Formats: sequence, C-alpha cells, structure tokens
Amino acid sequence: MSELLLSEPRDLPVGPIGRSGPGWWGVAMLVTSEAALFGYLLFAYYYTGASALPGWLLEPAPKLFPALPNTILLVASSFVALYGEKGVEKGNRTQALIGIGGAFIMGVIFALVQYYEWSAKTYGIGENSYASLYFITTGLHMAHVGVGLIILAALFFWVLDDFFSPRRRISVSAGILYWHFVDMVWLFVFTTYYITPYLGFAR
Amino acid sequence: MREAAFRTPEIGDDTAVLRARLHALWETEPGLKGWLGTVDHKQIGIRYIITAFIVLALGGIEALVIRLQLAGPNLHLLTPEQYDQFFSMHGATMIFLYASPILSGFSNYLWPLILGGRDMAFPRLNAFSYWVYLGAAIFLYSGFLTGAGPNDGWFNYVPYAEKDFNPGINEDFYSLGLIFLGISTAVGAANFIVTAFKTRAPGMAINRLPILIWGTLTASVANLVVIPAVSLAFFLLWMDRQFGTDFFQTRGGGQPLLWQHLFWLFGHPWVYAIVLPAMGMVSDGLPVFCRRPLVGYAMVALATVSVMILGFGVWVHHMFATGLPGLSLSFFSGASLIITYPSAVTVFAWIATIWLGKPVMKTAFLFFASMILLFVIGGVSGFMTASVPVDWQLTDTYFVVAHIHYVLIGINVFPVIGATYFWFPKMTGRMMDERLGRWNFWTMFIGLNVAFLPMHLAGLLGMPRRVYTYPAHMGWSALNLIETIGAFIFAVGTLLFFVNVWKSWRSGAPAGDNPWGAPSLEWSTTSPPPPYNFAVIPTVASRHPLWEDQLQEGEARSSLRRGMTLDQGKESLLTSPIDAAPERIVKGPDDTIAPFLLTVAMMVLFYGMLLKTWWVIGAGAILCLTALLLWLWPRRELLERAPDDHPESAHV
Repeated sequence: MSELLLSEPRDLPVGPIGRSGPGWWGVAMLVTSEAALFGYLLFAYYYTGASALPGWLLEPAPKLFPALPNTILLVASSFVALYGEKGVEKGNRTQALIGIGGAFIMGVIFALVQYYEWSAKTYGIGENSYASLYFITTGLHMAHVGVGLIILAALFFWVLDDFFSPRRRISVSAGILYWHFVDMVWLFVFTTYYITPYLGFAR
Repeated sequence: MREAAFRTPEIGDDTAVLRARLHALWETEPGLKGWLGTVDHKQIGIRYIITAFIVLALGGIEALVIRLQLAGPNLHLLTPEQYDQFFSMHGATMIFLYASPILSGFSNYLWPLILGGRDMAFPRLNAFSYWVYLGAAIFLYSGFLTGAGPNDGWFNYVPYAEKDFNPGINEDFYSLGLIFLGISTAVGAANFIVTAFKTRAPGMAINRLPILIWGTLTASVANLVVIPAVSLAFFLLWMDRQFGTDFFQTRGGGQPLLWQHLFWLFGHPWVYAIVLPAMGMVSDGLPVFCRRPLVGYAMVALATVSVMILGFGVWVHHMFATGLPGLSLSFFSGASLIITYPSAVTVFAWIATIWLGKPVMKTAFLFFASMILLFVIGGVSGFMTASVPVDWQLTDTYFVVAHIHYVLIGINVFPVIGATYFWFPKMTGRMMDERLGRWNFWTMFIGLNVAFLPMHLAGLLGMPRRVYTYPAHMGWSALNLIETIGAFIFAVGTLLFFVNVWKSWRSGAPAGDNPWGAPSLEWSTTSPPPPYNFAVIPTVASRHPLWEDQLQEGEARSSLRRGMTLDQGKESLLTSPIDAAPERIVKGPDDTIAPFLLTVAMMVLFYGMLLKTWWVIGAGAILCLTALLLWLWPRRELLERAPDDHPESAHV
C-alpha cells in the first residue's frame, strides 16, 4: 500500500537570524561575481605583460612605501569591522560603533593614501597599456572601497539608531562580508602590481 | 506585533478559507503602483517572455531586411554602413536581448511552481533584473533607431571598434548598453542559484530536480562568473575610446587579442547558457508526450553540468585563425571535440525516450522532437569547425553563419516555442490551437531548413560573412535567393505562432490543471496559478510527484493537498541545498517600486556616461544611491531589525 509522505518539521527559525538568512547568500553571490571581475582584470594584466616588449613595465621596482603599510591598514580594517560585528552580536553598542566606525576611518585613510599614490605618479592613464591597467584596476578597486564605505556609514548610523539586536542583524553581517571582500581582493591587486615585478614578471 | 524567533509550522489541509487568506496576502495591488511594483515571479516571468518575443520580432525584421539586401547580386537596398548596423543589431538583438531573456522569462515563471515554492529567493531582485533588461533594450534600440547602432558585428572586434576607425557614437552605445544589460543577467543568475539551492519543496532532493532546473542552474553559475568578462571588455573599450587608454591599442603596448580573449571567455560559456535551459525544456517536456520518464535522468543531469565545465575550456576555438601557438590550438581543438560526448549522451537519451515511449504527436512534441534533428545538424557543423584545419578553411564564411543559426534556432527558438505550447495552458488557463500549431510548426521547420541548409554550401563556396553584397559571377546568387525565400517562409511561421498565441489567449479552450497529464509540481496547482502558487507547501516523495500511482516506483506518495500552511504573512519555506530538508521560514517583501526607481536612476547614469555629461552622471549616481538605500533599508516586517521592544535598546 502506498503511504503519504508529509514533512512535519519541528521548530524552524523565522526570518534571518544572526548571520544566516537569504541576504547572506545574496551578498555571497555578489562577491563571487565581483571576484571574477577582478580575476579578469588581473588576467588582462598578466596576458598583456607576458606578451609586452621590454620597457612596458613603467615601474620595474615599485615603491613599497606607502603601498605596503596601506595594504596592512586595509586588511587590519577587516578585523576591526569584525570586532564591530561581534559588538552587534553581543548587544554591545559601544563596541559595535567603535568597530564599524573604526573600519570606516581606516578605509577613508586607505583611500586618501591611494589618491596620493595616484597623484605622485609621473605618468598618466594613456602612457601605455601598463599605465592603463594600473589606473583602471586600482580605480575599480577604489570604486569598491567607496561602495564599502557607504555601506559602513549606513551600518554605523543604523547601529546608532538601535536598528539591530543580537538576533536580527543580517544587514550587518552581509555588509561586513562585502567589506571583507573589498579588503581581500586588494591583496591580489597589490601582489600583482607591487610584488610580481620583484619576482621578475615582465621585467 | 512581535514575531517569534522560532515556530513550528502549522500543518493543514488545502481549504477555501486558507486560500482566501493567502490570496489577500500575496495579491498584487491593482493599478499603476501595483504594476510598477509587483514582485510576483509569474507576472515578471510573463513580462520577460512578452518583451523577449517582441525583441525576437524586431530582430527578425532586421534579418528579413538583410536577406532582401542579399537576395541577389549587386543590390542596393541598404548602404554598406546601414548593412553593418543591421547585421550587428540583428546579432546583438537575438543573442543578448532575446535568447537569454526568453529563457530567464520561462525560468522565472516556472521555477517556483516546479520547485513547490511561493516565489523566487529574492523577489525584488527578480523585478529589478526585468526592469534592467527592459532599460538596456530601450538603451540599445535608442541608439539603433537614431542611426547609432553597433556596426562591428555582435562580437565587436577591435581595432575596428576603436575610435580611430569608428569615430561615431555607435560603439559607445553598444559598450554601455551591454554593460547595463550584464547587470540584469548577473543578478538574475544569482537569484536562480540561490532559488535552486534554498527554496525547494521538502523532499525534493537534488536527484529529484527536473532537468530544466539543472539546465538553468548550470547556465546561471556560468553567467555569474563570465558576465564580468564581457562587461569588463566593453568597459575597457569604452575607456580606450573616450579616455585615451591603451588596452587594445598596439601603439600603446596594448593587445588587440585581449579583446577576443575576454569576449570569448564570456562568449563560449554564454552559448551554453542560452541552450542548456532550452535543452532542459526538451528533457522535461518531451517525456510527457512520450508517456514515460526521461531515459537516463542521472546521465542527462551530469551531461548538462559537464558540458558547462568543458564549455569554460573551449573559448579559443573562436580564435583559431588569429596566429596563436600550435600547442594552444591543439589543446582547445581537443577540448572542443570532447564536448560532443556529453552532448551526445543527452541526444541519445532523448531518442531512447521517444523509442521506448508512446509518442503523442502534439505541436509541442513536434517542436521538441525536431529540435533533436536540428541539434545534430548544428552540432556536426560545430564539430567540423572544432578541427583546426577545417576551421581555417571555413572561418568567417557563411558556413559558420549556418552553424550558429542551426544551433540558436534549433536549440533555443524551437524548444522555446515548444515550451510555449506546453506551458501556455498553465500560464493562461487556455489551450493553444493545435491545427494552427501544425501549420506553425511545418512552416517554421521548412523555412528554417530552406534558409540555412544552403548557407553551408555558400560558405564552402567561399562566401564570406558580413559582406553587404557580392558580384554576380561568384556562383552564390541562386543559393542566396533560396535562402531569402526560406527566411520569409520562416517569418510566416513565426507570425503564425504569434497569431496562435493571440487567438488562444483570448478564446482558447479551457485547459484545466493538468491538460497533458504531466508529472511535475507546477501541474498540481490551478491554471493560471494563484498568486501564492500553492495553498499548502507540497512534500515531494519522488522525481515524478504526479506520476507516482502510474509508475509504482515506491510506496511513498507526495503530499500535495496537506502540508505546511505558512499563512502568518507572506511566508515561504527555505530548505537545505542537497536534501531539501526544511530549514527556515522567511517573510517575502511586499510590492515595492524601489527596483523600478533604481533602474530609472541607472538609465540616467548610463545616458550621462554616453554623453559624458558630468552633472547627469552625478545626478544618476545620487539617484542610484537613494534608490538602493530605499531598497536595502532594514525593515521590521522582513525581520531585518530588532523588534520595537527589544531589551538591548534599553541599556547599553
């Protein structure tokens, strides 16, 4: 005899709880697609560099100051943002504001230093394809930093206005996931433009 | 009201009282606000389908103009520049604005119904992907209609697309338009992926997914990671043209071939993205008319995925004639030959399904079954050009034009029209006319073959593609005249299809819930389905929930009339990715015009970029930001915010 199969689950969470919910999946998808974008940008760099004539690399020995400290600052801001997320998780608003606000300030400093780096370059975007790749890759990254900063600012004011509780805080986790992505992808950009010339690529 | 954080879902029967309550919760508001703000996947899906069919008609008219120009030697219906725009716009229209959106439309409409859910995972994102598609179509056509359409073929090779050779605004329209459209495709893909993994009915484990889901899911994973390649390529081209960068300019150490790599890194997976969902339609639709399950379900599902994985490694076969090293050519040639294996698995599964079944010759069956033949013809000509020496002979000839049309009409248009005959009753509650359907099928089938079989020969005789005319003594004249006649026969067939849709929508015979006796969940609800799809969340016990009594594969029966009611708001169920075990109850968003506003803001931004007018760009950016904040603002009703009286707000 046949029998009816009926799903009768016990207690289920209602809505997003903590960091789990569809919103987190959504940002994960966004990050995957954006990571692919940077993958293609770096592919363009390596492909062009591998087939370029000598002299293409305008900076055979890129200056690591202030780029390296700036990189460390950006990566550190990820941990500061995480500290802020933990603050929301524990219901500690002060910690949350320090963490999110701190990450925001570190992000702004990163952007200012990067702007200084751009203005200190002796060549413009049309100098050759190396220059074009450098400015567009770092520029697109900067656009992502900008979006991340807007997200951090929004989260800061929402936390200030007591929007979230330890249970209901999906926006915080999703927003900070994006900030982690912005920081991680910079490591790949930094390695490509500042480290690989020392390893001999396109020199 | 304070929402409990955990709840045991109430189990109930499918009753009229429950239906009335759900209807009030899920119904789209009438009037303009509801029209602009709806997040109902069924309305969005139908909009996608209608828009894509209108676009198909536009692209078809362009094709007919092209065919008139080529009907005889030395004709001057179009100037060379106009011809360039017509064939480029025809390609861009069919490939980007029709072939993918039509499949998104069907998947949008069908997915939650097939999966036993109440909506997509991200209903607002779903509305957004439609509006952006529409916006991008308007953007591209506003260029074409003002004489600034793309004029370098749909794959837009540099250096001809660069400003030195192409000073007009045409290529800027095309570049920005495709970046804009890419946003729609990418967010749509993200939505499909999460929907497939998280919103299935309990019990619909991953080995019970209909093949359409496999097809669209696979295509969506590909789209999510390859769309950025083409968006980037067009962005870099736009930078080259407008800001003097050197990405593709040899004079600045740039690489023209980089364009081809970025384009085809996207382009070849894209070819599979616009056929795999359509092959899924055949894999699900054909067995219904053969009165038996698909032969080799697991093999077909795995073939779908492996075609895509291999599809990432074949892009260079579009570039065999560009002077790449021999090793590279061998590798990509080998990969392109191997990809025929999984494709053949699917073809033999279809043939075996017909062979072992009792075919019922409805119009939908004719379209699905003839697709197998067209797939083989298009596949064999593709297999031939996967061989490097053959490709060197045939590249940029009409042989390749014939190949792409057999593939795209055969594996996209034919399944889509079959799918319309198949699912139209579900969407409208009415049957399509079978008699007209047969006329429709035979005129399209004959027209297609008359138009495109001779093109193989024209290509073998050396006729190059993209030429606006040809001299009389080349021996191509008769073939071209036949092709033009075939194209018009095909157009008549398409017109019959539109007439049938129009007529049947108004006065077709009532369909009932399951007119074909089909096995999947969408046929267990009413035609057309109510706004909430299912009054109770079904529990699935097998791969063919509605065929369990006939097939007798096991003891367990799917529960379709009793299940979780989830009626305390616009609720649906999230399930685990592999086993589809219940995981979470989620609240769906109400109708909102935020996606529409964001699209309008993006149109302002893109027109600003096109005209390089900084204040318009600034205004567009600020509008985008505002619309995004309006959209993402945490809401209590979606449980994204602490409830009013949460204890933490008191202290700290």
